[in-house]
Amino acid sequence: MATYAELKAKADERWQTLAHGDRAWVRVGTAICGKAAGASLVVESLKAELSRRGVQAHLSEVGCLGLCYAEPIVDILKPGKPRVFFKNVTPDQVPELVESYLIHDNPKNDSVLGYLGEGSLDGVSPLDQLSTMKKQIRIALRNAGHIDPLDIYQYIANGGYAGLNKALFELKPQQVAEEVTKSGLRGRGGAAFPTGTKWSFLARTPGTTKYMLCNCEEGDPGAYNDKGILESDPHTLIEGMIIGGYATESNYGYIFIRHGHEGPIERTEKALEQAYEAGLLGQNILGSGFSFDIEVSLTGDSYVSGEETALMESIEGKRAMPRYRPPFPAQSGLWGKPSNINNVKTLAYVPEIITRGGDWFAGIGVGRSKGTVILCLSGNITYPGMYEIPMGMTLRQVLEDVGGGVPNGKKLKLLQTGGPLGGVLSGDKIDIALDFEQMAQAGAILGSGGIIVADEDTCAVDMARVLVAFCQFESCGKCFPCRLGMTHLLEVLERISNCQTRPGDMELMQGIGRSMTLGSLCGHGQLGFNPVQSAFRYFAEDFEAHMKKGRCLTGQCTGLHITPTRTRP
Amino acid sequence: MSYSSQALREQARKALHLQSHRTVTVLSSLLAVQDELGYVPTEAIEEVASFTDSTINDVWGVASFYTNFRFAAPGLHNLEVCWGPTCHLLGAPRILQEAQHSLGLSGEGETEDKRFTLRYNTCLGACSQGPVINIDHRLIGQVTVERIRRILTELNGSPRS
Ligand SMILES: Cc1cc2nc3c(=O)[nH]c(=O)nc-3n(C[C@H](O)[C@H](O)[C@H](O)COP(=O)(O)O)c2cc1C
Ligand code: SF4
Ligand code: FES
Repeated sequence: MATYAELKAKADERWQTLAHGDRAWVRVGTAICGKAAGASLVVESLKAELSRRGVQAHLSEVGCLGLCYAEPIVDILKPGKPRVFFKNVTPDQVPELVESYLIHDNPKNDSVLGYLGEGSLDGVSPLDQLSTMKKQIRIALRNAGHIDPLDIYQYIANGGYAGLNKALFELKPQQVAEEVTKSGLRGRGGAAFPTGTKWSFLARTPGTTKYMLCNCEEGDPGAYNDKGILESDPHTLIEGMIIGGYATESNYGYIFIRHGHEGPIERTEKALEQAYEAGLLGQNILGSGFSFDIEVSLTGDSYVSGEETALMESIEGKRAMPRYRPPFPAQSGLWGKPSNINNVKTLAYVPEIITRGGDWFAGIGVGRSKGTVILCLSGNITYPGMYEIPMGMTLRQVLEDVGGGVPNGKKLKLLQTGGPLGGVLSGDKIDIALDFEQMAQAGAILGSGGIIVADEDTCAVDMARVLVAFCQFESCGKCFPCRLGMTHLLEVLERISNCQTRPGDMELMQGIGRSMTLGSLCGHGQLGFNPVQSAFRYFAEDFEAHMKKGRCLTGQCTGLHITPTRTRP
Repeated sequence: MSYSSQALREQARKALHLQSHRTVTVLSSLLAVQDELGYVPTEAIEEVASFTDSTINDVWGVASFYTNFRFAAPGLHNLEVCWGPTCHLLGAPRILQEAQHSLGLSGEGETEDKRFTLRYNTCLGACSQGPVINIDHRLIGQVTVERIRRILTELNGSPRS
């Protein structure tokens, strides 16, 4: 069995050949957003062109740098040159790129996004000085877009599995949990519960079979950071999970992913295979005596299967309906055994926390919100992307300095944060800091980190209707305040949207909302009135225009509704 | 393509036995069948029940809960249109309207000639490239009305690659 030092030596040697060898290294980001922008076709085209021109180069598919606005991104590292990032590359530009930069040395600077490393390019700034990069602190995303997620040695060469090695050989399980507690890390799946504390619950529960579960259901529209991590750097999650397993003295893990997301699933499965081969998973990891297994569990389409107890039902192969609590998962979870559940992002921070120490992590952020938050900006924003931002920055700084503001000279109207249940936030309330408590006070949630930006042409009624349509469609149907409440809310919102309001509709919705908040079993129903309540709080005039004047102020309520109404049988 | 009842059963059984994950459940079995056949015919429900030692009722319960399961043979091409809030803001309603119009459909389902299946999706995970569609497992972002019209016209003339 290889020791960590042996693995690291092998990894360093391979990295040396790739990054400092005598061939060029060409990397293309092929995570979900890259693919949607056509990156797979760019890869095909590069393969063909490199072989046609007889260019000797390494070609790797990497994950996501998070700069979605510049996808597809091709980056080329030639011996003795800085690493040059080309933006918005189309398949038909590939022959010219190969000709001008790989064969000759002319990068055509106007197609360059930035560069990294020694040297300089006229009129081009270093990648880490771009407005979209400068304010980021990349911890969970430290390798994203830089390494090939299908090559475990690239991860190890960049410091991967050092945290696990340290945990296994220098720390007792309890010390690992304490380090995580010290870091102030809180869950990134929505509820922001302190991770170290959660781990100590499971550690204290006796039992020979305990489970460590990782939640990558990620059904929130507008969020793709969990899938982004799995596609870009699956080993950071796997390492975090093994460390979590050691800290909680559990021996089996499941990574829970929605079926159909082929990229994240394939890359995670492959990474697991490699971790087993390297002796980082399975029996007696690195000779430490600790054993841990992980498998991927796929779920069908169901948003609520991301709720922690529904997730267990789903892994057991049943309908994903939340369970009553107590008993809590730490006592009785998956198959009745003690279990712990964390979000992908939460676990992805753990390796660096162990390597660098809890104090280091706690030094980033503000108040009780430590570290960074991984935001996905989408909608009416100049630079949509996935950004890892230190806690404490304001929403305004994120939107304006990083996201580049609302395009086309339009005004910001509203934000939808933290998934549909988070409701909407008014565009003039963005001077609040990225901080779990401050966001909650403003009536928004940080949740999964999705931020959907909407400009002045957006109707708040229409937005509320779309969010409620989602919640209605996804209600699991177990309890009636949510199942019927959502359906009823949607019906009323459809009426308002179509300017066919009936007297008392507002009061009717308030009543339904109260019943849902009070009488629902899980967060889906308890928070399900948020979209309506928040939209009404900030944009009462939009509602009034529909209800009293019979018109939509933006003309967006066109009746072109996509409303897949369905109640789960 | 249509298979005889017996052939469907055999294919379903094969898929059930070839499952690669260690943990085999009703849900994992249904996903395996759907991946293999493109849908879950009644024969497969029965096979899953006997394979997982569950009742037919239980299997139906699971299959009807997760919205990805379908119970009729899919068309040759599979088009999914995202209606998530980001895509909605960026023009999904018009993309969907065009898709329905081009395919002669008024909602989800198969075209009469069985060349296309249209499905809605709550988020295809590429929101930053919205509006997004997925056609035969290929994601396409920044879709315009013209672009989807062109894609559908091209596909209408060609078999699935
Ligand atoms: C309706 C609903 C859906 C949820 N979906 C997710 C999800 O997709 N991913 C996730 O990590 N947490 C989700 N959660 C939160 C989980 O229940 C749980 O709090 C979380 O996975 C715990 O991980 P953390 O401590 O690392 O945050 C959801 C909760 C509810 C009520
Ligand atoms: S609140 Fe809604 S989603 Fe949650 S258990 Fe009840 S019906 Fe299901
Ligand atoms: S909302 Fe359409 S891809 Fe996410």
